[in-house]
Amino acid sequence: MKKKFKLQDLDCANCAAKMEDAIKKIDGVNDASVSFMAQKMTVDADDARFEEIMEEIVKVCKKVEPDCVIER
Amino acid sequence: MSPKQKKILYRIIAAGIIYAGLLIFSHTSGFYEENIEGKIYEPLVFLVPFLLAGYDIVFKAVKNICHGQVFDENFLMLIASIGAYGIKEYSEAVAVILFYQVGELFQSYAVGKSRKSIADLMDICPEYANVETEDGTVEKTDPEDVETGSTIIIKPGERVPIDCVILSGESYLDTSALTGEAVPRRAAEGDEIYSGSINGSGLLKCRTTKAYEDSTVSKILEMVENASSRKSKHENFIHRFAKYYTPAVTIAAVILAVVPSLITGEWAEWIKRACTFLVISCPCALVISVPMGFFSGIGAASSIGVLVKGSNHLEAVADVKTVCFDKTGTLTKGEFKVNGIYPENISDEDLLALAGAAEKNSTHPVARAVCLAAEANMSKSEDKYQVIDTREIAGQGVVALRIPLADAQAKTGTEADILKNDAREGQEEILAGNEKLMQAYDISYKKVKDPGTVVYIAKNRRFMGSILISDSIKPESVDALVGLKAAGVEKCVLLTGDRKDQAEAVCDKIHENAVSKHPSFSGRAIDEVAAELYPQDKVLAVERLMGELTGRGKLAFAGDGINDSPVLTRADIGIAMGSLGSDAAIEAADVVIMDDNPAKIAAVMKIAGKTVRIVKENIVFALGIKLLVLILGAVGLASMWAAVFADVGVAVLAILNSMRALKVEKRIENA
Repeated sequence: MKKKFKLQDLDCANCAAKMEDAIKKIDGVNDASVSFMAQKMTVDADDARFEEIMEEIVKVCKKVEPDCVIER
Repeated sequence: MSPKQKKILYRIIAAGIIYAGLLIFSHTSGFYEENIEGKIYEPLVFLVPFLLAGYDIVFKAVKNICHGQVFDENFLMLIASIGAYGIKEYSEAVAVILFYQVGELFQSYAVGKSRKSIADLMDICPEYANVETEDGTVEKTDPEDVETGSTIIIKPGERVPIDCVILSGESYLDTSALTGEAVPRRAAEGDEIYSGSINGSGLLKCRTTKAYEDSTVSKILEMVENASSRKSKHENFIHRFAKYYTPAVTIAAVILAVVPSLITGEWAEWIKRACTFLVISCPCALVISVPMGFFSGIGAASSIGVLVKGSNHLEAVADVKTVCFDKTGTLTKGEFKVNGIYPENISDEDLLALAGAAEKNSTHPVARAVCLAAEANMSKSEDKYQVIDTREIAGQGVVALRIPLADAQAKTGTEADILKNDAREGQEEILAGNEKLMQAYDISYKKVKDPGTVVYIAKNRRFMGSILISDSIKPESVDALVGLKAAGVEKCVLLTGDRKDQAEAVCDKIHENAVSKHPSFSGRAIDEVAAELYPQDKVLAVERLMGELTGRGKLAFAGDGINDSPVLTRADIGIAMGSLGSDAAIEAADVVIMDDNPAKIAAVMKIAGKTVRIVKENIVFALGIKLLVLILGAVGLASMWAAVFADVGVAVLAILNSMRALKVEKRIENA
């Protein structure tokens, strides 16, 4: 399943790249992209565990860029 | 400016005032030099503006260290300023933090601004739909909640929210946001209209044919948003570079602080130099400016109605050396029209009327073209005859009988009665068809050599003249080819399923027009023609041409996307034309031209070239400055101020440079 999320206060392009790398490493994530320009994140992950994976993603993002909020 | 940015701005101003006050005070009073106790207070006093300006940096750095993010820019800035403190450069430490914050603020402001102007460019998203409910009332609804088959009302000036068919009303639609085409399109009952266009002055009642997420507007938005996730080579390079750059510079800083100090013993001096390294270690300028350049380029392209599906494609477009065109519908209009009337002893109008009468009941495309021309003519000269019989001869043409209208009206009987009376006075037999028909009836005719389909016409077994029906060349095709050659394309090739003589005639015609319209144009407009190709032959032709390319040269194929999907996919860059509303074409192509203007291929090449140039400038500029400051810093010639400039100043300049890619020359727009 592919889903798009808006990101708030994503201020640094390098962080976006780091977030993308970190999310891709999460188990169950098939593909992910964080667009600094569009302030959006696209996640392609397993259907069954999607919610669980999202929790993980939020955690990872908080680590990289504490200011950034994922709108769900 | 966002509230967050404003807050930082106030903090910077406050810290700046305190800092300036402290500097003036310390210089005028000589407080620190004379008073030994003052020396102790100095670091504490400077801590006030330092924390005021940079407490969030300290906070974030500590937090990120806990999360294992070692090479975080906040952390590195903190280390740099602690280093400066350690070697008793208090004012320098405050200045660095202050300047860094100013730079960051400016950078975030510039990014926000440019992001907004790109977003505005692509502002085609409808906000609501007026749905008519069963009891006849109209409700404003979120387009996403409108079901397929609903009835919606589109008021003058509103944006079409969802793809739909007009049930009643007529209007002119402004499709410029989709196609870049300034001339409004007329739409009336039964026409399909696309979301994203703006209704003119008429009130339209429509039935939606798609859900919002399948509508043109959301397809386009999705494509443009996803475009930045297909990364270009330049972006990938920067991405990889950034990963190694920060650790490398940080390690270099540590070495710089320790090794020379052990030898010379001048710890303060070398730590200071190492601190400059840490300040420059953030790769943000690069990481922002490259994707931003591409994003601007894609935005600029979409403003002229060209969708580029990814940064990688935009990058590839800049390297296009060979462009292959499909003929029908790409370089030509793809519609058959009367393009030549050659009468013999008869006026143009009468010849057309003759042909029109004969072809009236035929459904053949050629016949339709003749009838259209004849009908357009009819308003001028009234129809004085009635056709009483038409007979189609397969593969040859038609034979028709007609009688003067006055007679037909005088006769009160049925058509059958009229038919019985063959030997009527004034009855005319019209033959309209190809050469075979003329030969079959043994009529001597004058052959027409021009490309296209020729209809020969005879009345009462006498040759009256001929009409040439052909596909006409789009006027923009000439500009397209001249523009492409000017943009650095080396070879233009025509690939068509049509007959060879037809294809060559089109090439000659385009070349002729190119030379007459652009006197300075030299060389051939189309260098090569391959005709009589089936779709799979086109793939082979494209592969052969791709093999002939040298270096980084790329091949683009431009077609109408209906039966060209295999070639569109195979070519380095597939360009689909006239794709408004055609999902298949949008799917198969890398670049989509929303209207059917081939000149936009040249326009998008110019945009691509400019974008890649800007991106390269940014990379060279940012890397160059950083490297220069690193070297100067290592030998002790660059202060921490210079380092801060190399970090944030360069980022801001690179962002401003990227924004240039957003500008589309008006000349291109009209090309």
